[in-house]
Amino acid sequence: MTALGKDLIGLEHLSADQIRLILDTAEPFKEVSERPIKKVPALRGKTIVNLFFESSTRTRISFEFAEKRLSADTVNVAASGSSVQKGETLVDTARNLEAMRIDMVVMRHPSSGAAGFLGDRIRSNVINAGDGKHEHPTQGLLDLLTIRDKHGKIEGLKVCLVGDILHSRVARSNIWGLSKLGAEVGVCGPDTLMPRGIEELGVCRFRRIEEAIEWADVLNVLRLQLERMEGGFIPSLREYYRVFGVTAERLAQAPRELTVMHPGPMNRGVEIDSRVADGKHSVILDQVTNGVAVRMAVLYLLAGGRPELAEAAKGPAGGGPE
Amino acid sequence: MTPPLLLRGGRVIDPSRGLDQTADVLIQDGKIAGVGTGLGEPDGVEVRDVRGRVVAPGLVDVHVHLREPGNEDVETIASGARAAAAGGFTAVCAMPNTDPVTDNQAAVGFIVRQSVRAGLTRVYPIGAISVGQKGEQLSEFGEMVGAGAVAVSDDGRPVASGHLMRTALEYARTFEIPVADHCEEPTLAAGGVMHEGLVATRLGLKGIPAAAEEIMVGRDILLAQLTGGHVHLCHVSTRGSVDLIRRGKAQGVRVTAEVTPHHLTLTDRACEGYDTHAKMNPPLREAADVAALRAALAEGVIDCIASDHAPHAYDAKEAAFDDAPFGIVGLETAFGVAHSELVLGGVLSLPDLVRRMSTAPAAAFRLAGGTLKPGAPADVVILDVTAQWTVDPTAFCSKSRNTPFAGRMLTGRAALTLVGGRMVHEAEARAGR
Repeated sequence: MTALGKDLIGLEHLSADQIRLILDTAEPFKEVSERPIKKVPALRGKTIVNLFFESSTRTRISFEFAEKRLSADTVNVAASGSSVQKGETLVDTARNLEAMRIDMVVMRHPSSGAAGFLGDRIRSNVINAGDGKHEHPTQGLLDLLTIRDKHGKIEGLKVCLVGDILHSRVARSNIWGLSKLGAEVGVCGPDTLMPRGIEELGVCRFRRIEEAIEWADVLNVLRLQLERMEGGFIPSLREYYRVFGVTAERLAQAPRELTVMHPGPMNRGVEIDSRVADGKHSVILDQVTNGVAVRMAVLYLLAGGRPELAEAAKGPAGGGPE
Repeated sequence: MTPPLLLRGGRVIDPSRGLDQTADVLIQDGKIAGVGTGLGEPDGVEVRDVRGRVVAPGLVDVHVHLREPGNEDVETIASGARAAAAGGFTAVCAMPNTDPVTDNQAAVGFIVRQSVRAGLTRVYPIGAISVGQKGEQLSEFGEMVGAGAVAVSDDGRPVASGHLMRTALEYARTFEIPVADHCEEPTLAAGGVMHEGLVATRLGLKGIPAAAEEIMVGRDILLAQLTGGHVHLCHVSTRGSVDLIRRGKAQGVRVTAEVTPHHLTLTDRACEGYDTHAKMNPPLREAADVAALRAALAEGVIDCIASDHAPHAYDAKEAAFDDAPFGIVGLETAFGVAHSELVLGGVLSLPDLVRRMSTAPAAAFRLAGGTLKPGAPADVVILDVTAQWTVDPTAFCSKSRNTPFAGRMLTGRAALTLVGGRMVHEAEARAGR
């Protein structure tokens, strides 16, 4: 068993030490992506399937780069056009993958719990790339890494998640990860987009964006999915921006320098003002860069790579996983 | 004709007559011929020593899904009746959400015939409230009752239209049948897969708020008051529903209600780990709801226990939580779970449990049974309330295995089940006794 166990399903069940281990392991992998030849042999000979039952651009590409830069052999399967669309069950998909003797599966699925379901049924390592409204652990980890890069620490910081908490797997992974590493977590948004009992997870609740901005060191602005308006959770995107939008004017009122994050893809002029997204507070593109490093770290650790060898693994002759 | 049967020396519990004493029970010509001490032995009688056992009216379950016609792979009327007999039930009421829907006299008659053919536990059909359970046009209650239906229900689907519910309650009065409703406000429950609360928040699953049930419970009670009809509320799951029913009963409204063994014993925490065997509708609620349901059952605010036996194919629950069907099987675990948790847990006395699983449901649906009164059909269960056994779904008589109680150690089960004096189940002296 690796330092992380067999699978990475969520941050809820990881310890603070395990989360720190992933972040620390990501550090040496950052440098790999800065080289002219962006490849290390750490996962040479490993086969990885990227199984996406929901469309994704950023996460899928980020995983694929992470895999390729570690020299793994990868196959991408999208739900459309696959046997899934022909009615194959998740169990059958799992059994077929197992039968092909693959080493790892990176899965995104619209149902909460799907990644754990798969992990319980196959011997391969499973990495959750987002399951329903449950968790998106690698997004949570890259957010943590970005905050740590920017502020030099996580403990004691006040981080507020803004927007659609109800439907957000990113929010759940952030809440677990930040809490475990000692940050104070806030949530801000309309009550229609707030899950029941959220305060019992130990987060502060803000109903007004102005209050959140006054409180926070970091704002993590979540994507407002346009279907939420059709679902009747908010009256209009226009009004949402007026009431909850993270605008330059509102940020100007902040008592301290705020860091603004967004997991993407952004709706400019809905949850976030373009001037903020492109402005000095934004670390949004750093998040994307860190995403590759964090995913390399997760893949490396789950493949059995020893953390202390990560530094060596990035060398051309470095040792791969045990 | 079966020879007479004398059950000698058992603890006879008959809530219909307030009886709880050591006595003999004589069964002759399919009927209870006598209950008393030192009964004589008629010619050719078979005598069974049932000392140490409980002799009670057979259990009655007013809410089961037997899947025939339409889904015979997961249950048939015969396999469901066999499971019922094994669970100590002598009568069950089959919900009409079959395929095709049981919404006419021919379909009702089919179920009656299949029940007779099986010759096990009596299976009474419940007809649909609306044609095709579409919630639009009333089904032909009169013809369905003529063919053997004992109630109407659109169970599996809520009756969304207040007007339809009103007319159903009014129209059912002619035939003196209850209108059984699955209380769920459809727009509030839409897409929900478990109770709306902290566990759902952590799991990222869409919740069904307690209010979705309570709004319809409140509506149905008001409509029963308006019409004078008899509304029966299926599988009540929330403390708010309990309060509404208590108030309705206090005002003399003709409302009866049932609760399942699982809602009396499990909470939404059973869904942790995305266990699809804990996925049911209404969903498992919170500890405070369980406490309120138990108190309501003890008080009589909730009339009876019903299993909501809902068989599913072995692989249907082998899915992500969102994709798995709602429901669990319950006929073969209902008494064991209720006895272990409620009687041994100090919530109900054993006679009270027999009342809630036999006499009260029979009365609510105006069925024969629920009594050991001389002259009544000999629908009898002999209970071994000290038997300890472990729930092993592979040993079920039901064709389906979907239960959250697998592996659980229970105390109490049916040793012998008699329907009309005929033995339909006898527990072998299994290991673990």
